[in-house]
Amino acid sequence: MALSRAAYASRSKLLRPLTTSPSSTSSSLCRSFSSATDDQTVLSIETSVPFTGHKIDPPSRTVETTPKELMGFFTDMVLMRRMEISADSLYKAKLIRGFCHLYDGQEAVAVGMEAAITKKDAIITAYRDHCTFLGRGGTLLETFSELMGRTPGCSKGKGGSMHFYKKENGFYGGHGIVGAQVPLGIGISFAQKYNKEGTVTFASYGDGAANQGQLFEALNIAALWDLPAILVCENNHYGMGTAEWRAAKSPAYYKRGDYVPGLKVDGMDVLAVKQACKFAKEYVLQNGPIILEMDTYRYHGHSMSDPGSTYRTRDEISGVRQERDPIERVRKLILSHELASEKDLKDIEKNARKEVDEAVAQAKESPMPDPSEMFTNVYVKGYGVEAFGPDKKEMRAVLP
Amino acid sequence: MATRLNRLSRWHSVFKRGYSTSADEHKLQRSGKTVNLFTAINQALSLALETDPRAYVFGEDVRFGGVFRCTTGLADRFGKSRVFNTPLCEQGIVGFGIGLAAMGNRAIAEIQFADYIYPAFDQIVNEAAKFRYRSGNQFNCGGLTIRTPYGAVGHGGHYHSQSPEAFFCHVPGLKVVVPRSPHQAKGLLLACIRDPNPTIFLEPKWLYRLAAEEVPEHDYMLPLSQAEVIREGSDITLVGWGAQLSVMEQACVDAEKDGISCELIDLRTLIPWDKETVEASVKKTGRLLVSHEAPVTGGFGAEISASIAERCFLRLEAPVARICGLDTPFPLVFEPFYMPTKNKILDAIKATLNY
Repeated sequence: MALSRAAYASRSKLLRPLTTSPSSTSSSLCRSFSSATDDQTVLSIETSVPFTGHKIDPPSRTVETTPKELMGFFTDMVLMRRMEISADSLYKAKLIRGFCHLYDGQEAVAVGMEAAITKKDAIITAYRDHCTFLGRGGTLLETFSELMGRTPGCSKGKGGSMHFYKKENGFYGGHGIVGAQVPLGIGISFAQKYNKEGTVTFASYGDGAANQGQLFEALNIAALWDLPAILVCENNHYGMGTAEWRAAKSPAYYKRGDYVPGLKVDGMDVLAVKQACKFAKEYVLQNGPIILEMDTYRYHGHSMSDPGSTYRTRDEISGVRQERDPIERVRKLILSHELASEKDLKDIEKNARKEVDEAVAQAKESPMPDPSEMFTNVYVKGYGVEAFGPDKKEMRAVLP
Repeated sequence: MATRLNRLSRWHSVFKRGYSTSADEHKLQRSGKTVNLFTAINQALSLALETDPRAYVFGEDVRFGGVFRCTTGLADRFGKSRVFNTPLCEQGIVGFGIGLAAMGNRAIAEIQFADYIYPAFDQIVNEAAKFRYRSGNQFNCGGLTIRTPYGAVGHGGHYHSQSPEAFFCHVPGLKVVVPRSPHQAKGLLLACIRDPNPTIFLEPKWLYRLAAEEVPEHDYMLPLSQAEVIREGSDITLVGWGAQLSVMEQACVDAEKDGISCELIDLRTLIPWDKETVEASVKKTGRLLVSHEAPVTGGFGAEISASIAERCFLRLEAPVARICGLDTPFPLVFEPFYMPTKNKILDAIKATLNY
């Protein structure tokens, strides 16, 4: 990712759609060359819209970041976007079967969240989990192998698209049943409270799941016992094919916690997400749960069998892509602050494509799990449950 | 049609053996257009809504036609007060349906996949099944019918392939019905909707598009709690339901090549199930094999096996064979190994005959 120092002297006034107030330390042009890895310069950037709070004073809309962080955001989001598009074509080529729910458009939520927390904090989410997994430190090989059901996959090929996990990095999955992950997340935060390590849990769910009863049960308990849980409603405005206003009396999901405070965040602005998650983490460690509503959008349909255009217009989709795309926003920021050139960014994109293609090729070569793996991990190893073959006489095996 | 409406208002009248009214099967017109399963179900729902002004169809995404197109066109024909979407809350859908049914309406609730029925399990088991019993017949939710697609579909994985019939068969007060084909589905669904007990209608999702059959266009019902012998034989009785029957039928055809004559019975209603038909058949053949997709331990095959062993012990030539799904969660890539395939059934038929 080397920056070319030459031919960068032009002080072209690029589009600055966002109000930026660069701090005094970043004004020198010469400094901006090395800024791709610059961790020291602090940039203060305003989020696209201010936060809206429910029963809480929202944080400031000025976010501090560094050039290195911004470049990192760009690289990560580009990789995620590339991965999802690749998964799309793999599914159409029938290499991925079953279900595949793509996250492109929503990358800012995964990336912004990671920037605010550590790997000791826990994230639990629903089935649209590929990018969250990547953000939590998953590798591309693990992702594609799991999608294709091969052994190097993160769940050994037994989970599939909806069941990605990474225990050592605090990623608790990956859940198929809508809304079921929220009580689990509250439980994790309960354990974290006992551990006293100052860690929190982010339990993500969608606007469709927001109407599940179990969510409110979990919320009540979290509030009652002051648990360090952050409920993140990734509101992409459509629960499968149903628009939010058709399913919910109150689509103001950040207010639905009633006695639990909430914050509405522009989920397409990675800096806003980072600010909100940082604020939320500090808040819940002192006070108990909070709800973050991320106003985001998915470009693909609900899953690969949904074209995504029967319940929303193509104009709407392309409109969001033009006005609010998270990657484009960061690109404009990087270019306007002259942290990198257009060519550098294109190189990053090319590199992402290359990495993804390599991972896909490697995953394609990987083996399928052995049939005996069907019986493993039903119970704990060595539990000795008997399983029978068809005629119940000749074939008897003890489950490993 | 008027007589049916009259019967509606006299729900509490005693039916013989609690069966719904039914047309005699042999008198049914066998002609009609060839349609597939979701069209047949669509026809049944259409007729149900037509004949009863207080019938309602609701569930997730039913307005535009449903994820399997079973409810296409219903909202346009009958209006959005009678065919409407619910938010994503199964417990709410069933609870709401119970309340609606308790006020004398026919509530036809759809649970989008049987795998998602568990949040509603409490409502079904504790509320729907026991309502009539605990109120001393003052109230009932007989008008409730829950339709849900079940079963393997080739790539469904853990949460789009389950067969939860056994959980509900364990609950007195419910009826569980599973059709095997479009013609059966239309008749059985209309019978379920008009039956004065809460019913769960499990639709084999593999057959929604695949199965095509001539289905009469008129209104007809098939009797509940009556099994059907779909293939006569003398050496062994096979019992199954839903999509599994087509697999079993193939096994029967293959077994015939080896000179084994198989009798195949479609149970159709799982509870209350037709013990007499199965018993008569086993008394004829002396052998029984049950097959279903759900895991073998605790599956409904166990109940059939135990009951037949009680009733036909001295007649049985071999233990009752159960060829079912394995005792693991429904797997992702291992689906072909998990499923009770034709060859597994064939092996078991031969093993039972050579016992």
